[in-house]
Amino acid sequence: METYTAMRHFADSWGLLAMTLFFIGAVIFAFRPGSRSLADEAARIPLKDD
Amino acid sequence: MSILKNHSKLEKSATLLLITSLAVVTVGGIVEIAPLFYLQNTIEKVEGMRPYTPLELAGRDIYVREGCYACHSQMIRPFRDEVERYGHYSLAAESMYDHSFQWGSKRTGPDLARVGQRYSNEWHVQHLIEPRSVVPESVMPSYAFLKDKPLDVRLASINLTANRRVGVPYTEEMVANAAADMKAQANPDADSKALEARYPKVKVGNYDGNKEALTEMDALVAYLQMLGTLVDFSTYDETAGYR
Amino acid sequence: MRYGLGIILAGALCYLTLMGAAFAVDEPFRQHMWIAVFVLAIFTIILMRKTNFEPQAPVDESAYMDEPIRYGVIATVFWGVVGFLVGVFIAVQLAFPHLNFEPWLNFGRVRPLHTSAVIFAFGGNALIASSFYVVQRTCRARLFGGDLVWFVFWGYQFFIIMAGTGYLLGITQSREYAEPEWYVDMWLTIVWVAYLVVFMGTLLRRREPHIYVANWFYLSFIITIAMLHVINNLAMPASIVGSKSYSAFSGVQDAVTQWWYGHNAVAFFLTVPFLAMMYYFVPKQVDRPIYSYRLSIVHFWSIIFLYIWAGPHHLHYTAVPDWAQTLGMVFSIMLWMPSWGGMINGLMTLSGAWDKIRTDPIVRLMVAAMAFYGMATFEGPMLSIKSVNSLSHYTDWTIAHVHAGALGWNGMITFAAVYFLAPKLWGRDRLYSIRMVNWHFWLATLGIVLYASSMWVSGIMQGLMWREYDEQGFLVYSFAETVAAMHPYYVMRVSGGVFYLAGGLLMAWNVYQTIRGRVRKETPMGMVLPTHGTAMKPAQ
Repeated sequence: METYTAMRHFADSWGLLAMTLFFIGAVIFAFRPGSRSLADEAARIPLKDD
Repeated sequence: MSILKNHSKLEKSATLLLITSLAVVTVGGIVEIAPLFYLQNTIEKVEGMRPYTPLELAGRDIYVREGCYACHSQMIRPFRDEVERYGHYSLAAESMYDHSFQWGSKRTGPDLARVGQRYSNEWHVQHLIEPRSVVPESVMPSYAFLKDKPLDVRLASINLTANRRVGVPYTEEMVANAAADMKAQANPDADSKALEARYPKVKVGNYDGNKEALTEMDALVAYLQMLGTLVDFSTYDETAGYR
Repeated sequence: MRYGLGIILAGALCYLTLMGAAFAVDEPFRQHMWIAVFVLAIFTIILMRKTNFEPQAPVDESAYMDEPIRYGVIATVFWGVVGFLVGVFIAVQLAFPHLNFEPWLNFGRVRPLHTSAVIFAFGGNALIASSFYVVQRTCRARLFGGDLVWFVFWGYQFFIIMAGTGYLLGITQSREYAEPEWYVDMWLTIVWVAYLVVFMGTLLRRREPHIYVANWFYLSFIITIAMLHVINNLAMPASIVGSKSYSAFSGVQDAVTQWWYGHNAVAFFLTVPFLAMMYYFVPKQVDRPIYSYRLSIVHFWSIIFLYIWAGPHHLHYTAVPDWAQTLGMVFSIMLWMPSWGGMINGLMTLSGAWDKIRTDPIVRLMVAAMAFYGMATFEGPMLSIKSVNSLSHYTDWTIAHVHAGALGWNGMITFAAVYFLAPKLWGRDRLYSIRMVNWHFWLATLGIVLYASSMWVSGIMQGLMWREYDEQGFLVYSFAETVAAMHPYYVMRVSGGVFYLAGGLLMAWNVYQTIRGRVRKETPMGMVLPTHGTAMKPAQ
């Protein structure tokens, strides 16, 4: 098979799946239960002082 | 759950943040740009293409200097109206010697990819001196100063050399004769055999209509008159350029 | 010795440029070097007049370094007004071509002056100044590098002057948004590396365990711009004492590299760091934390990953291979999601404080900025769809889109940041005039609406005229006829630009008076003034 076609097939199937899973993983990662307190703490940084 | 703990590490290490974000932003660029240097349809050579003559190159440098790309494209898209208005759609190979490319992104004025030989030299000179004298609706600035500005012949060979260094196939002979070729192309009385041998299909002429001097007007008009004329589309195989 | 290193560096550079002027191979380079000599000589003399040899007081390392930020705010306002003015000038030229003054003030030379002035001078100074402010406050640490910070500020101004004067002299690569020639590019690279060192050094010495998300956006802006700038500007100079260079790439490869750069100038110069401004100044102004910090993390990674792919949508239906165009289109459409995620995150920060839109014109500027961001990031993906692009490309529709984003989003969030910073940096209770901010808001909004709508109409109209056929199958309009049809819209655009410029002048006056410490007597916003003679009486 031609390189272009092979790469195109890969991008349309496994590549797409891998990127989707990675994205979902990253979202879960950011919104995991334990991160709330860390995030809330970080979010208050600008309001601390001038 | 050790991965989850590493997450906060990333948020707390500036160096790690720097490296990770750099890695993330390089992916797209590599995937899109790198293959272009290897794929057949972006590097193939089409019959008729040759490097610019020294006079045309000087004209192109003036085109770049004046920022003509801000209003004129040099890229005809494969649509019926564009092909009828401007000519055959542009091929990748037609800009293979363009460092840098001048495809443009805006048509305040018309596309120029195939403007060569559509008008006479006199028309171009008149149009550049006072655009509204030949096209009343035009909003183009006037470039009358070009006809009074002598062309700097000394720059011919160093400019060819620089192009050679970035991959344009100028031979040593071409570089050595750059200044002479530049003068010869703007002088119909000169012996242009050697010039024609080096640059096939070259058009010789007194572009600015002024025999006394070699001006920037000569160079710019010479460049405009060769745009899009190198590939002969009567013999061009359409399937070869399919994209 | 005070300014010792500065004097030596500026003096040495002055000498170097003098040599450049002496040995120049082309006339524009000689003139450009003379300008550099002149500027550097003045700079050196000023430093020498201000120097002294007394032992200096030790630097208070616990205090923030705010002086360069004050200079940065002034530079932002100054270059903003200059950029808007040049924009109005070229808009007038398109409507009335007799106002081109060859060779220096022809449209082709002045247009990059406008784009560079607003993007790199106005936007760039706003970004450098605000990043220095934000990184110190959120890290609770003084800027790293000492005088290096001053080098970044003055080095960047020198870059702006050299780039701008170069265009007028005809020194340009004619690569959109990367016009400066090789030696100016090299200078910017040096300044930019110094900027990275200052920013990174400050992050490393922070006293806060977390790196606040705004700093992520700033950091990725700095490194990505460095990468884009260096690769896109790879070129071979014809002579080391000449202005001309030839790009390392040609044709298709050059086009894709240039638009990879060009689109990411929009992404990593005009979006990512301005989002950093949003993530700091919006919470500060409404005095509540960002709506969802965790959303901002997802926002960050997805936007920097997706944006870098979008470049080829500037090259639809050109000689670039189809797969690259499609990839550019798909990623551009995907970008819609993180863009709106970020906008919603910013807007929702106001929940519970929406009344501030009525009482605080700075909040009003911020909300309008985010709304325009949302509009522009919806329009962008739409224009990247190939069938839409076939109509819009090469027309004023692109110009309308760019200005909705630049005037609405970048302009307004920057104005808000300037109004936030001015009283804080100069230790004033409040701005000279809050009501003038409100006037600025309405002038700017009116300007944008006039500008964008006139360009939308002219763009779509011209696109349709180009492709219109009659019953016999002939093209209806000659190109020149479509140019003539644009005239009324070009005049209308000028009026939009004038309104926007007027707002900018009002801001300059307001900031100037604030620096002087004056306070204008005025009724506070959002309060109804009791009508004269019917003053309220105490209840019986």
